[in-house]
Amino acid sequence: MVADGTTARLPDVTPVQRITTWVRTNLFSTWYNTVITIVLLYGLANALVGLAGWIAQAQGWTAAFTNMKLILAWTYPNDQIWRPQLAVLIVAALLGLSAGVWRGVVQLVTIGAALTTGALAVPAVGLPEFAGTVGLPSWLVLAMSVALLLLGIPLGRRAGGWLRWGLIVLWIAIYPIIILVVRGGIGLPVVETKLWGGLMLTLLLAISGIVLSFPIGVALALGRRSRLPVIRIFCVAYIELIRGVPLVTVLYMGSLLLPLFLPGGESVDQFIRAMVAVTLFSAAYLAENVRGGLQALPAGQTEAARALGLNVVQTTFLITLPQALRAIVPLLVGQSIGLFKDTSLVVIVGLIDLLGAAQNVVGQPDWLGTPGGVWRETFLVIAAIYWIFSFTMSRVSKRIEDSFATSRH
Amino acid sequence: MRRSLVIPLAAALSLIIAACGGAPAAPTAAPEAPTTAPAPTAAPAAPAATTGRLETITARGTVICGVNNNPLPGFASVDASGVYSGFDVDFCKAVAAALFDDPSKVEYRPLSSQDRFTALQTGEIDVLIRNSTWTLGRDGDVGLDWSPTTFYDGQGMMVRKDSGITSIDDMDGATICVQTGTTTELNLADVFRAKGLTFQPVVFPDGDQTRSAYDAGQCDGFTTDKSGLVSSITLLSNPADHQILSDTMSKEPLGPSVLQGDPKWADAVNWITYATFQAEEYGITSANLAEFSASEVPEIRRFLGIEGELGKGVGLSNDFAARVIKHVGNYAEIYNRNLGPDTPFNLPRGLNALYTEGGLLYSPPFR
Amino acid sequence: MASSIPRTSRSSIPFYRDTRVIAVLVQVIFAVAVVAGCWVLYQNMIAGLTRANLLPTFSFLNVPASFPIAESVIPYDPSMTYSQAFVVGLLNTARVAIIGIVLATILGVILGIFRLSSNWLLSNVAMAYVEIVRNVPLLLQLIFWFYLTKMFPRVQESINLGDAVYLHNRGVTLAWPEPTASFSNWLWWVGGALLAAVAIYVVRQIQFRRRDRPGVAVPYAILGWIVIAGVGYVLTTAFSGMAPAVLVFPELQRFNFVGGATVTASFAALLIGLVIYTAVYIGEIVRSGILAVSKGQREAARALGLSQGQTLRLVIFPQALRIMIPPMTSQYLNLTKNSSLAVAIAYPDLFYIANTINNQTGQAVPVILMLMVSYLSASLFTSLLMNWYNRNIQLVER
Repeated sequence: MVADGTTARLPDVTPVQRITTWVRTNLFSTWYNTVITIVLLYGLANALVGLAGWIAQAQGWTAAFTNMKLILAWTYPNDQIWRPQLAVLIVAALLGLSAGVWRGVVQLVTIGAALTTGALAVPAVGLPEFAGTVGLPSWLVLAMSVALLLLGIPLGRRAGGWLRWGLIVLWIAIYPIIILVVRGGIGLPVVETKLWGGLMLTLLLAISGIVLSFPIGVALALGRRSRLPVIRIFCVAYIELIRGVPLVTVLYMGSLLLPLFLPGGESVDQFIRAMVAVTLFSAAYLAENVRGGLQALPAGQTEAARALGLNVVQTTFLITLPQALRAIVPLLVGQSIGLFKDTSLVVIVGLIDLLGAAQNVVGQPDWLGTPGGVWRETFLVIAAIYWIFSFTMSRVSKRIEDSFATSRH
Repeated sequence: MRRSLVIPLAAALSLIIAACGGAPAAPTAAPEAPTTAPAPTAAPAAPAATTGRLETITARGTVICGVNNNPLPGFASVDASGVYSGFDVDFCKAVAAALFDDPSKVEYRPLSSQDRFTALQTGEIDVLIRNSTWTLGRDGDVGLDWSPTTFYDGQGMMVRKDSGITSIDDMDGATICVQTGTTTELNLADVFRAKGLTFQPVVFPDGDQTRSAYDAGQCDGFTTDKSGLVSSITLLSNPADHQILSDTMSKEPLGPSVLQGDPKWADAVNWITYATFQAEEYGITSANLAEFSASEVPEIRRFLGIEGELGKGVGLSNDFAARVIKHVGNYAEIYNRNLGPDTPFNLPRGLNALYTEGGLLYSPPFR
Repeated sequence: MASSIPRTSRSSIPFYRDTRVIAVLVQVIFAVAVVAGCWVLYQNMIAGLTRANLLPTFSFLNVPASFPIAESVIPYDPSMTYSQAFVVGLLNTARVAIIGIVLATILGVILGIFRLSSNWLLSNVAMAYVEIVRNVPLLLQLIFWFYLTKMFPRVQESINLGDAVYLHNRGVTLAWPEPTASFSNWLWWVGGALLAAVAIYVVRQIQFRRRDRPGVAVPYAILGWIVIAGVGYVLTTAFSGMAPAVLVFPELQRFNFVGGATVTASFAALLIGLVIYTAVYIGEIVRSGILAVSKGQREAARALGLSQGQTLRLVIFPQALRIMIPPMTSQYLNLTKNSSLAVAIAYPDLFYIANTINNQTGQAVPVILMLMVSYLSASLFTSLLMNWYNRNIQLVER
């Protein structure tokens, strides 16, 4: 990379020369770099060959494969499985259209998602079908998602401006819509949250945490910067208390104390308990990010707004907050990655998320005969699932950060 | 800098809303949810003080039964299609059969050993039938009421056959796998201390993990209730390599439990349980129920609710025993279906036989 | 502040438009709302707990815990009380956190330097490591490492490394020094050496200040401590005819190794997982810290004739350190908090023990309270320590 800049300027180098120069400067520049390169090459080659060999001969892939329904949706009723599928398609359609309208990062994500989904659709053809399933075969859902993602781009591009606002409204409304589709109510039979699990639960929990913690976090951040001591102290105490303890303890509190806090000892669903805990936890971290954004804002912004005659509320919601939030978008994406990974902790309080489902699959008696068990294969599969999601998000965050950096200076 | 008055107020409000309002997203749907198996959770019941649990359950139309979250084959396990079965599960069904004349009116709530009692205390479940040992502490401090013991168990120890261990006395210095949050964990420490033996514990929060650690050889011994050991052995990679020692380290009477302070509901569960014992004593099974219904013996007519009003006294229908037998069977049927000679466990009845056959099952008279 | 236009005729403003009155009012309402909200929750909780006959009390702390704990820094057996069991958990957390912080820092610094290497392959291998580890949940990684320990042979067939280290699926057993009768004599030397080290530190600091040039006194102090303690070790051995400590080699008995020290599989998995995960974040901090030091500094150092190593050690690193301390602190705290995931792999840390105590006593409220206070004070303590260190480092700068 460094070398590209220097060699490109030389006018009369052949590609071969360019490659040799690059290799020399980047791999064999000094004697110790040469040693490092050789050792690493040897180690890498060995590791990759070993890994490839193991992947080819490992017998446990069937465990994750045959239990894909458990891993993705756990005990969500088979006769209702079309609902999460519909949710996936809705998101795919929205994402596709948005890619056309906004292009840039969104388009990149969409194309990436389409490629990944397309690649997954191929092995999905072999996934087992369950009796009584009301829904489409998984490969078809994936193929349709790819189609929606890719078709959306030209459609969105053509529609342009007017679609922009519609999409923004839809993106805001998407959370309740998805919850409605998946959970039911208003005509649809209710699927209790205790039947949820697997990747579905992981995603819904992470999204709920982010979405619901947003207003609380913003309120806490504003409260922490408030002039009124009572409110400030309360917000500081809350934020520091939550940030001082591990998420597990907050989840534990949620699962033990929340039912006690309600009158008459009503039962609170485990999912709701975890959701409340994750939201309260995430709000404290979000508040600190928002506060950072507010602090970074030049004081002139507030002063100018006040000078124009805007009152406090108007200044906050029209001038400072929008700018602060825009500035911390990369941080918020980073926090979402953290929360997405952290939802795996709900296993400890007894929910079955992606990790819980995998543990369950690993423990199935069917695999007792497999030498060495099926844990490596199963955990690798779900690690890949986690990885794809958080890696994508981290790239997005990087992109936005870079675009900010260029637009600002 | 700013005169923010409204915003902090909004902050305060949303916080409070988040703190208390986050939860009550509890389902408000009608008590009948058609296709999606288990019905909704929260019957909008008035506080427990005014309405008894029994009325709440009747109004709700299902009984919420806490069962084991780890598969414990023979006692409680779920198959791939989500159907529960097992000895404990059959008693859940018996309660539903007695209340609603329909054994499927059960909502199963899988619980770990850590949160099973909390679930009862917070009213999340109506009855706990999850191989839980009746102890004074739990009856007292934890605030539960136990129904008659449905399974007399005792803590045992499983070891590898090639280890040469023949009794617990051989196990000085051994590493032992045990699950946390159980009486097993406490008994193990007590027994070894009493015998003056040392051991290295490996303690897991989860039954599956405990078994798998033992299976991998991370422990020399694996201790839990013998019933649990019996069903675990089928889940080991090489069942033939293991044996259960004859030592019994504790008394473990397992039975249904309910929250203390609601005698009517406790009575109902008690007599439903007794009905299965009594039916076996009379020899009434699900197969010959029709013949017995025609019986002229007053005792049997009363038991089956053909005459008299016995059931009403404990808040049940008069024919509750007949309903239980019709749908679930008598104790022997339940036992044999789940643990008997035709199952992989083939567990001898032992203490779990009727008192007339040298066991401990004894029902007070139905009159 | 914004107390804007001075008002001459305050009486003309009705009190409900007076911002100061509103400010007080809002705060009062807020405080009342918070207190009332908490009170309602508290009442509900007490009512619920009364129904369950479980009123919160701390009296259980003096009752024997009766449950065994797999590993402990201090002697523990089930006849000890719940409070002692809690302390065991606390110390186990401290143990994994302290060792983890040290190892994660070392690995993190190495990683950060690798990421900046001029060797394309090395920096990209380091980057691949970062991208893989960072995007997979820590809990999954911990469980993965724990499952991996099961792949090792059973104790009876342990992998023997020179009779001093044995690898098996219960952990690692090592030859370990054990104190002998003369150990207490040597302890005096160690204590004395510590005093001497402090003295060396103070003297060096004064010297640096007098000569008005920067320098780090800690290495001298540590060196002094090691030398004096070492001399003490030799002298104690010579005088009492017995070394203060002897290396004990583990021996396989019927069930387990006896002698030496055993690192349990749970502890090993937890430590490996935490170190590998946290090192990624520390590596990124180190990398950005080094990058943040302006290029002119590097060029100036090279122009002065310092070697690459010297530049890194004497110019770049001290400056980068100052940028790195605050984010490092939060990573150290993260590691400590993340150690609570031990519960999933059976390492008896603070959270695990608290969970067990709650299971055995049903005293959820006091247990959670103790748990929160412990983690909060650990956070506070670490922050204070790092702030102190931070100040110390800033002093070097003039």
